[in-house]
Amino acid sequence: MRAVELLDITKRFGTLTANKAVNLAVESGEVHCLLGENGAGKTTLMKILFGLYQADSGSIRVNERPVTIRRPDDAIGLGIGMVHQHFMLVPRLTVTENVIAGSEVSRHGFLDMNTAVEDIAKLAERYRLRVAPRARVEDISVGQQQRVEILKALYRKADFLILDEPTAVLTPQETDDLFEIIRRLKNDGKTVVFITHKLRETMAISDRVTVLRDGAVVDTLNTAETSPAELARRMVGRDVLLRVERPPSEVGAPLLEVRDLSVASRYGTAVESISFSVRAGEILGIAGVEGNGQLELEEAIVGLRRLSSGTMTVRAKELGTGPDARREVGMAHIPSDRLRRGVVPDFSVAWNLILGSQWRSPFSRRGAFSRKQINEYAERVVAQYGIRCGSIDAPVRSLSGGNQQKLVVARELSRKPDVVIACQPTRGVDVGAIEYIHNQLLAMRASGKAILLISAELDEVRALSDRILVMYEGKIVAERSCDAAESELGLLMAGHQAEAG
Amino acid sequence: MTQKADSTILPTGARSRPTTSSEKVRAALTELGFSAFAIFLALVISALLMVILGYNVALAYQSMFRGAFGSLHGFSQTLLRATPLLFTGFAVAIAFRAGLFNIGAEGQLYWGALACALVALTVEGMPKPIAIGLPLLAAGLAGFLWGAIPGILKAKTGAHEVITSIMLNSIAIFATTHITSRYFKAPGAVDQTERIVAAAVMPQIIPGTGLTAGILLGIAVAALVAWFFGHTALGYDFQAVGRNADAAEYGGVSSKRIQVLAMGFGGIMAGVAGGIVVLSLLNRFVANFSPGYGFTGIAVAVLGRGNPWGVVLAALLFGALDSGGMSMQLFARIPSDLTIVVQGLVIILVAAPAALRAMVRWRKPKVEPVDVA
Repeated sequence: MRAVELLDITKRFGTLTANKAVNLAVESGEVHCLLGENGAGKTTLMKILFGLYQADSGSIRVNERPVTIRRPDDAIGLGIGMVHQHFMLVPRLTVTENVIAGSEVSRHGFLDMNTAVEDIAKLAERYRLRVAPRARVEDISVGQQQRVEILKALYRKADFLILDEPTAVLTPQETDDLFEIIRRLKNDGKTVVFITHKLRETMAISDRVTVLRDGAVVDTLNTAETSPAELARRMVGRDVLLRVERPPSEVGAPLLEVRDLSVASRYGTAVESISFSVRAGEILGIAGVEGNGQLELEEAIVGLRRLSSGTMTVRAKELGTGPDARREVGMAHIPSDRLRRGVVPDFSVAWNLILGSQWRSPFSRRGAFSRKQINEYAERVVAQYGIRCGSIDAPVRSLSGGNQQKLVVARELSRKPDVVIACQPTRGVDVGAIEYIHNQLLAMRASGKAILLISAELDEVRALSDRILVMYEGKIVAERSCDAAESELGLLMAGHQAEAG
Repeated sequence: MTQKADSTILPTGARSRPTTSSEKVRAALTELGFSAFAIFLALVISALLMVILGYNVALAYQSMFRGAFGSLHGFSQTLLRATPLLFTGFAVAIAFRAGLFNIGAEGQLYWGALACALVALTVEGMPKPIAIGLPLLAAGLAGFLWGAIPGILKAKTGAHEVITSIMLNSIAIFATTHITSRYFKAPGAVDQTERIVAAAVMPQIIPGTGLTAGILLGIAVAALVAWFFGHTALGYDFQAVGRNADAAEYGGVSSKRIQVLAMGFGGIMAGVAGGIVVLSLLNRFVANFSPGYGFTGIAVAVLGRGNPWGVVLAALLFGALDSGGMSMQLFARIPSDLTIVVQGLVIILVAAPAALRAMVRWRKPKVEPVDVA
């Protein structure tokens, strides 16, 4: 039986067509991956099914009957549940309170919390969704919060679960746990749609996979009969190297040295006395689950945050304050939060390409812009790095996430830096652009630059780095070589020093 | 509100553009179209009000149009009234671009006017360009200093510029009154200074109408502001802070410095507005002289969507409503309150572009998802 059928769904946002006549059939009881690059229209499609958007045309069938879904309420009534990429939980409330909010059990008009707790404990037990019903959401881990979201859907009697990029926030171990939960759901007869842009996860968990590209369905395949390479090709529309080549390189003198760096945060110490050095021709990777002080470390190194103690040198020279002093000594920075730090979305491509150089020659002379120089430079960089934009005058917000990131990478690397601080350089970027960005970083390495790679993507750190430092709770807990096992690094990232030792 | 400032220097709208200039023009026209539609709607609603209140709408609008554009004198009046609003509009619009809301134009205008008048009392015997230039310089400087205060307070303490600049308005009005009556009062009942020297009086460009070269200065300043935002690194920094302060900081821009400068630059504009009123209209400083130029400047900046030429058009509109309102009152016997209602309606409709857009879209038939039965 078909649990859900989407027929000829088209959805436009202004001039952008997010979904073009999409047809999707999800069989009852299967795990179905929606695979595609960012901006391929996966989430839009599922939001239409969940009633958060209305399709411009097309129709929906649930359990082989035509339905109209105007609000999430309608979808929930049809047994559809959705776990969003950004959780929708109230931190101050308990797990149980969050789960029942909106569909509370009452007895004689009073909230029956004990029954609710019991129900939720039973539900959690059944699917191995390990979480304490009376714990406050603010006190539990991100992985557990995700379980609360799944519980919310199950509590509302969902048979059809949509998980939107659920692994983005998880450690490798938590991802394994999630996959186990998904298998249990499947065994219990539930249907799961799993939105992702990761090939490995698609191969690991799905029965069938539908590939979306530019808002249209490319193909629906049986997972057992396909391969990562084939999926990547359909996703991007051309052959993609899934694993970049990292030839041996000549390692030179240390270019960036960090000694006993500590950074305070509002809640205490975010980074605690970290020391490392990055040598010419080397990529030093810092792995870790997000929120373990990486952002503070990044901002301290690039001059956006004050250090509480420690020293930093580039070519053995002490650094001044602020980002400008870094640019002076040849440091480039690919920021982890592209939209917050990396671009001014309302500015044009050309203007974003000179961010940080807007006072420098040849772009400006005594503060007056040379439009000619700026435009020539922008045209050249756009062509050289293959940034896909309507024109250099198009606002950056109109570019896809991958092209925005390419723009940031292009801007930073075309400054001809000696030291590159690359933070989450491929976050939210599609497979094709990932390959490209990785190759750019490796090219910098081959030409004798020092690269510090801070990334929560363990695959990325392992593929690119010569050495790997693992960061946990603001400290470097281990240093490993590039061939360290994934499971070992995963445990270290989760703070299991002893077990990993 | 701080994100309100739109521009045509920066392309808006998410789409690829084949030819940039034509796209830019189209974007500007769309913006202009919405503003024009807002004005039209305001006039329609006002007409309904007039009908309800028993006035002759045709006569009212006819005399309004005549008063504003129908004769050389009327048009001069429109331009004359538009001039200070042009500058106070910039006072608000420049800060807008840096993400700040300058409500303090009124106070900056008072200090500018007083400084201008005091300098203009002393320029006896100097050649005309200097006799006018020096007082205006003083006006700009006074406006800059007063305008920078909320910027400094924001940068140092995080105090919101809306609160501080409103408070500083009252201080400025009372302080200039006090200084005038205490130290510079001319004989008579009114708290005002002596007449400025003849050399400092702004020349009239159409004799007998009172219209002075101030309007030309305003147009020149509009070009300067457009250049500043489109073609200078500092203008870039202003807008980077306004659009994404975190990215600006990443790009080496100190938001705090920009906050002080943006409020200060806004202050220059308001100060010069005060100076021009003194040199063109009053020819002395008069306590409490402003009919709210600084506040109307907020409306002008909003209507002009922060765009330099939009501000020019908006100032002209408000000038026209003002002079047209006078003749509407005179010939159609409609109370001046109603002119203020028209102005208010325009502001509400322009400041709520989302509502307006929804109304426009509302008229198109909606495409509903089709059910396959």
